[in-house]
Amino acid sequence: MSNRIYIYKRYERFWHWSQALLIITMMITGFEVHGSYLLLGFKKAVQLHTLAAWTLLTLWAFTIFWQFTTGEWRQYLPSLKNVGAMIKYYTIGIFTNSPHPFRKTVVQKHNPLQRLAYLALLAFISPLIWGSGLFYLFYGDWARFGLDQSLSLEAIATLHVLGAYMITAFFFIHVYLTTTGHTVFAHIKAMITGWEEEEHETPKGSKAH
Amino acid sequence: MKFIKHALAAIAALAIITPALASTTPLNPKTAPQLERSTADHSKFKELQQTFTSGPEVTKACLACHNTAGHQVMKSIHWTWEANSPTTGKKLGKKWAANNFCGSIISNETRCTSCHAGYGWKDKDYDFTDQNNVDCLACHDTTGTYKKFGTDAGHPLYADREFEPMEGPPGKKQFKAPDLSKIAQHVGQPGRGNCGACHFNGGGGDAVKHGDLDSSLKNPSRELDVHMAKDGANMVCSDCHTFNAHQPSGSRYAATSKDKHGLDLPKDDHNHATCESCHGFTPHKEAKINNHTNKVACQTCHIPEFARGGIATKTLWDWSTAGKMDANGKPLFIKDDHGHLKYSAAKGDFAYGENVRPEYKWYNGVVHQIAITDKLDGLLDAKGVLELNRVEGSAKDPNARIWPFKVMHGKQPYDTGNNTLVVNHVYGDDDTSLWKNYDYNKSIKAGMEYAGLPYSGQFGFIETRMNWFITHMVAPKEKAVPCQECHTRAADGRLAAITDIYLPGRDTKGWLDLLGGLMIAGAIGGGVLHGGIRIATRRKEKAK
Repeated sequence: MSNRIYIYKRYERFWHWSQALLIITMMITGFEVHGSYLLLGFKKAVQLHTLAAWTLLTLWAFTIFWQFTTGEWRQYLPSLKNVGAMIKYYTIGIFTNSPHPFRKTVVQKHNPLQRLAYLALLAFISPLIWGSGLFYLFYGDWARFGLDQSLSLEAIATLHVLGAYMITAFFFIHVYLTTTGHTVFAHIKAMITGWEEEEHETPKGSKAH
Repeated sequence: MKFIKHALAAIAALAIITPALASTTPLNPKTAPQLERSTADHSKFKELQQTFTSGPEVTKACLACHNTAGHQVMKSIHWTWEANSPTTGKKLGKKWAANNFCGSIISNETRCTSCHAGYGWKDKDYDFTDQNNVDCLACHDTTGTYKKFGTDAGHPLYADREFEPMEGPPGKKQFKAPDLSKIAQHVGQPGRGNCGACHFNGGGGDAVKHGDLDSSLKNPSRELDVHMAKDGANMVCSDCHTFNAHQPSGSRYAATSKDKHGLDLPKDDHNHATCESCHGFTPHKEAKINNHTNKVACQTCHIPEFARGGIATKTLWDWSTAGKMDANGKPLFIKDDHGHLKYSAAKGDFAYGENVRPEYKWYNGVVHQIAITDKLDGLLDAKGVLELNRVEGSAKDPNARIWPFKVMHGKQPYDTGNNTLVVNHVYGDDDTSLWKNYDYNKSIKAGMEYAGLPYSGQFGFIETRMNWFITHMVAPKEKAVPCQECHTRAADGRLAAITDIYLPGRDTKGWLDLLGGLMIAGAIGGGVLHGGIRIATRRKEKAK
């Protein structure tokens, strides 16, 4: 039998999956608004995109509250320690069946590379896409705030689309990396049930199960 | 299970919290009056219980009581047919503004003035000060039987007449004289048919000129015109084109590009000839759509096509081919499969359109209308085409909005020596008119002489374009132009010609999509490659 630890709490899982749904919705509708394809029609795409954006902002408001009241925000503090080991694992170790250099615990659920990636998402891509997105959304009010002379819709839209491409690339990498647990669906299962099953302590080279 | 329920409830709660920024404005749809609103029954008036033998006789009877009406009408554009452009100051009106339909009323009066709000304008010496020549019945007949005859200088028929229309089927047709006494006893507020008698027939026939005005609007379906349909608002022309002392409100060659006055109901300046007069500045529930009204005219989205009522409008008139005779030496008239005249020996070649998508242009309220006396030097575009009424505007112009137009294509005679347009004497039972003699040499010379304008004696044909504002035939809101007909990458998007703005869904940058595409391809490709190696090495392990 493997050891099980309860790693993703109920709110955290709710947050993760509703955020996933909202982001996928915004990717699909966003690229329709960008003109990449015709799916729902421009108007419905804009409406759904806007609704999803407000919903996600609301979700984030709750999540920020949760992060601070539970102290979970510390999970995102970056650390350069063991980053090298992580890189080595993803580039070599994973192919030679070496053990994962990081062991998830309740207080440290993200590996050092994850911490860096989420911090980059939070500190760079997120402000880019939310900042440009809100300016885009309130285009009609630029004149009222005297911004219409200093901002151009083209620049705002370009930044927003650039952010969207980054998130989309991040999304695909993120989904791929969920398969790198001790089984292909181990990480996804943990995010659904909350319980992480720990790999057996097995000597190197023996069969994984 | 309980968890999922909670989760769904929470998502639903979040979804409800959305900003509601739109403001709504009240709109009072006119309800059809059940009772006669007028306080006077004209059929009971002794003054009208007589046999009238002419239009002016009726007018005299009207003016006996309505003793300022004649003077009011004589100040209106319906009488003067003259206007000064408020923006360019240029003297316009039917005598001076050039068009690419019949050309000029000068020398063609008896035909053209069948739409004048008066009687007897048969030549250039017409007395514009005689109030007895005001035609009250054209606008105030409620029986639908009053009709100004096409060739009698504004008079109706006073006796039945046999007449053979030039382009109709061969043979004389019987035309009945209207009963003036009965009509005089049944006068009232103008209806759609009164205005339509002239305005639906501009350019010489039903639907010819405007594209958004034709006889289908007498009793339109809701889909065709949401305002004038009986099951829509059941409005008449003068509900928007309000009259103040017989002065109509509405455009004088240049429509109001952007109404900054807004709502003026129930009564303000009594000039309701803009959408904003009744609908205000923010008529949509969604703020995102209201944001468009600053740069996009209402008509642009709400009139998806013109000539939607089943009557084709003329889109091309090429005068240069006029004059062809058939094998018997008789003037040639050819109809197309739909029964439209596509060639007339008197007028040249025609093309028609139904359900036509408008062309879109920036417009700031200034129209550069060409007059027939203007020198054309420097006015032609690179292809040698003359735009008879260029509309001004650009994205940067705060007064400009994107407007829909019917662009009429024409090819018409001009004076190659003096480089001006010409007065062409088309109509008349004489030996110079084009429609009798089919000779431009004679008809242009006669027209220019009569108008007192210089003519070199040499003429050619010039290609022209004319912009007609599309502002009627407003469709119900569910038939408005869908967003993606403008917000589209497609080359035939509605706003393809409007290039000085960034239009989301249409405009992008090549480098951006290339870079983004590479990022996504890299992410997916990296995963596939990494996963592939994982599978391959895992197999090796197993094989050991």
